[in-house]
Amino acid sequence: MKKFTRETGIGAVMMLDNVDTDQIIPGHMMMKVGTQGFGDGLFANWRYKADGSNNPDFVLNRPPFDEALFLVAGHNFGCGSSREHAVWAIRDFGIRAIIAPSFGAIFMRNCYNNGLLPLVLPEEEVAALSKALTEQGAEMSIDLEDMRVVSPDGRVTGFTLSDIDRQRLLGGLDQIGVTLLRDDKIEEYQRLDHLRRPWVYDVPG
Amino acid sequence: MQHSMPRTLFEKIWDDHVVDELGNGLCLIHIDRHFLHELSGSAALMNLDKAARKVRNRELTFATLDHVLETTPGRGMATRIPGGNDFLREMTARVVAHEIRFFDLDDPRQGIVHVIAPELGVVLPGMTFICGDSHTCTVGAVGAFAWGVGSSDSEHALATQVVIASRPKTMRVNLEGALRDGVTAKDVILALIGRYGVDGGSGYAVEFAGSVVDDMQMSGRFTLCNMAVEFGGRTGLIAPDETTFAYLKAGEFSPKGGAWDAAVSYWRMLPSDPNAVYDLELTLDCSTLDPQVTWGITPEQVGGLRDPVPVHARRTTSVGRASYARAIEYSGVTPNMPVLGLPIDGAFIGSCTNSRLDDLRAAAAILKGRKVASGVKAICTPGSTSVKRAAEAEGIDLIFVAAGFEWRESGCSLCASGSAGGESFAFGGRVIASTNRNFEDRMGTSVKAHLASPQTVAASAVLGRIADVRELEAAG
Ligand code: SF4
Repeated sequence: MKKFTRETGIGAVMMLDNVDTDQIIPGHMMMKVGTQGFGDGLFANWRYKADGSNNPDFVLNRPPFDEALFLVAGHNFGCGSSREHAVWAIRDFGIRAIIAPSFGAIFMRNCYNNGLLPLVLPEEEVAALSKALTEQGAEMSIDLEDMRVVSPDGRVTGFTLSDIDRQRLLGGLDQIGVTLLRDDKIEEYQRLDHLRRPWVYDVPG
Repeated sequence: MQHSMPRTLFEKIWDDHVVDELGNGLCLIHIDRHFLHELSGSAALMNLDKAARKVRNRELTFATLDHVLETTPGRGMATRIPGGNDFLREMTARVVAHEIRFFDLDDPRQGIVHVIAPELGVVLPGMTFICGDSHTCTVGAVGAFAWGVGSSDSEHALATQVVIASRPKTMRVNLEGALRDGVTAKDVILALIGRYGVDGGSGYAVEFAGSVVDDMQMSGRFTLCNMAVEFGGRTGLIAPDETTFAYLKAGEFSPKGGAWDAAVSYWRMLPSDPNAVYDLELTLDCSTLDPQVTWGITPEQVGGLRDPVPVHARRTTSVGRASYARAIEYSGVTPNMPVLGLPIDGAFIGSCTNSRLDDLRAAAAILKGRKVASGVKAICTPGSTSVKRAAEAEGIDLIFVAAGFEWRESGCSLCASGSAGGESFAFGGRVIASTNRNFEDRMGTSVKAHLASPQTVAASAVLGRIADVRELEAAG
C-alpha cells in the first residue's frame, strides 16, 4: 500500500451529490479477477462516448485534470455498491484523496484499506475549495502529518482524522499483518464465547 | 458481564462482539458468519492466497454464486459477459481448496446470498455477519448486526475472523399505523428514504420497530432492512420475536434440539431494554402512505404513485440543484408531471429486495389470468433455488409464464446488469423493477429504472405503463 504523507498536485472538481460506485466504475468495467489495473474503468460511462473515444466535456479528460491527484465532490460520495473496484479505479487513475462533505460508509473503509484518503470537510469548506480550484488555479496540497489542506488561493484549512486511520495511511501498513499479532485475543474471545453461545461455533452439517 | 444501564438491541450485539479496543472508537469485532460471493469473494481469496494465509475459521465461512452466474434456464458454468467465466472458475477453485461450504450452480441451496443466508439458518439473532456486498444489511432483519464490506475487509476476516469497525450511533425508526391495501414493506422503506434522504441514516445502526414491523412477515422485514443501505445506514436490524424464531427453526444450519432451546432463550434477551435510549428516534405514520415509485436516479427521488415529479431540488445548494437537474434530464421527466402512466419497455421482479416466496405470490395474484402488455420485456428471477422450487410447487411459475414473463433461475440477474450474465435492458428504455437501485445505467445503458413493489411492477407490466395495482383491481 502506497504511503500518504504530503501530496501536492491538481485538484479536479465534481460537484454532484450521491455519486455512487456504479458511476465510479460500472459493472462491465470490473470483470477481471484481481485488485489492480482498473484505472481505465474509472467513470467509464461519463468519461467515454459510445464509440469508446474520450468525452472532451468530462472533467478528468481535460488537461490538467487528466493528471488529477485530488477529487473534490458533493455529499455522500461513493454511496451504493460495496465494490472495492471503485477505490481501485480511483487509485489506479492516480488520485490520492477525495474531499467531500460526506461519504458512503463502505467506500470510506475501502479507501483506508487502499491508501486513499477520504477527507471529510464541512460543506462550506468544500464549496470554497471547489470555487478556488475553478477560479484561481488547479494546484492544491494535503499534508497528512500536519493535517491541513492548502487551497489554490493559499488558504489553509485544518482537519481531524482518527489516529489509527492516519497512521495506516502514513505508514502504508498491511492491516492483516497487524491484526494477526493480536491472535491470542481472538483465540481467548472465541474460547469464552464458545461457552456462552455454543450454537455459533457448533454448526450443524 | 452484568449491565446495569438499559441497552438497545444493537448495543447488546456490539458489546457481545468486541474482541479488543484499538482507541479512537475503533474496535476489533468478531465475525460470527462470513458469506462470500464470486464478484467480491474471488479477489479476497486470491489476495489471501497470494499472501499465503489461511482461512482462520472455515466452519464460520460460507460461499455461493449469484452475481455473475447466468439466470437463463439451462445455465451452466459459462456466462456471456466477457471476463465473467474467470470469476466463476476462480471462486470455485479457491473455495474448494480452502474447504469452505459452497452452494454452487447445481446445489439446491444456491441463491442470492442475502436470501439464502437466513433461509438456511446461516445467520441467526445476535450474530455479526459480513459479506462483500452492500445489501448484507438485509439479514439484520433476524436481529443480527449484518453489514457490507469491501474485498479487503473480507480478506481481513478470512485471515483473522475479525474486522476493524467503529461503533455506529443508534437510531430507532418507529413505523406506525395500518397499511392501506396495496401498500407493502417496499413502499414503507421507499417513503422513509424519500422523507429523510439517502443519507438520512448515515452513521447509524437503524432499528426498525413499531406496529407495522410487529405485524410483518419475515419477507417484509428483509425488504425493510435491505434498503437500510439506501437510507445511508451502516446496517438495518429488527428485534427477534416469535415470527423470527418460527422462520429460522427449519434452517439447515440453525441449531437443533437442546442447542436450539438454549439459543432461543438467549435470543429472547436481545430486544432493547424498556428504557434504552437511542441517539435518534424517528416515527413514520404509515397509515396514509400510497404505493411508492421512484422518478429519478437515486432512491430518495421517490413519491406516492399519484404524486407529480417535484418542482424543486431537495437540497437547495448549487450542488443539490445540479444533482436534481441531472436526475430530471437522465430520467426523461419534467417537473410537475405525473409518473403514473409513463409507458414502460421492461418489468423486472427479483433481487435481494423483493424475490422471496411472498413477493412472487403477491405478484402472481395480480398476473393470474392477465397478460403482460405487448412490447414489454418482463422477467422474474426468484431469489433462491429453493424459493424457485417452492413457487413451482404452487404453480406460480405457470402463472408468470402464461402472463408473458420469463421465468428464470435464481441469481442477481438484471439487478446486477453489467455482470450477471452480461444482460441488460435495451438502450435508453424505461423499466420498472422490484430492485433497490435506480442509479444511472445500472440496469442497462441509459436505462431509466423506476423502483417499486412487486405488486406495482406486476400491474405496470400488464398495463404497459407505470400503474397503480388498485386501478387494475378496480377494472377487474
Ligand atoms: S440482487 Fe442486486 S442488489 Fe441484491 S446482491 Fe444482487 S446485485 Fe446486489
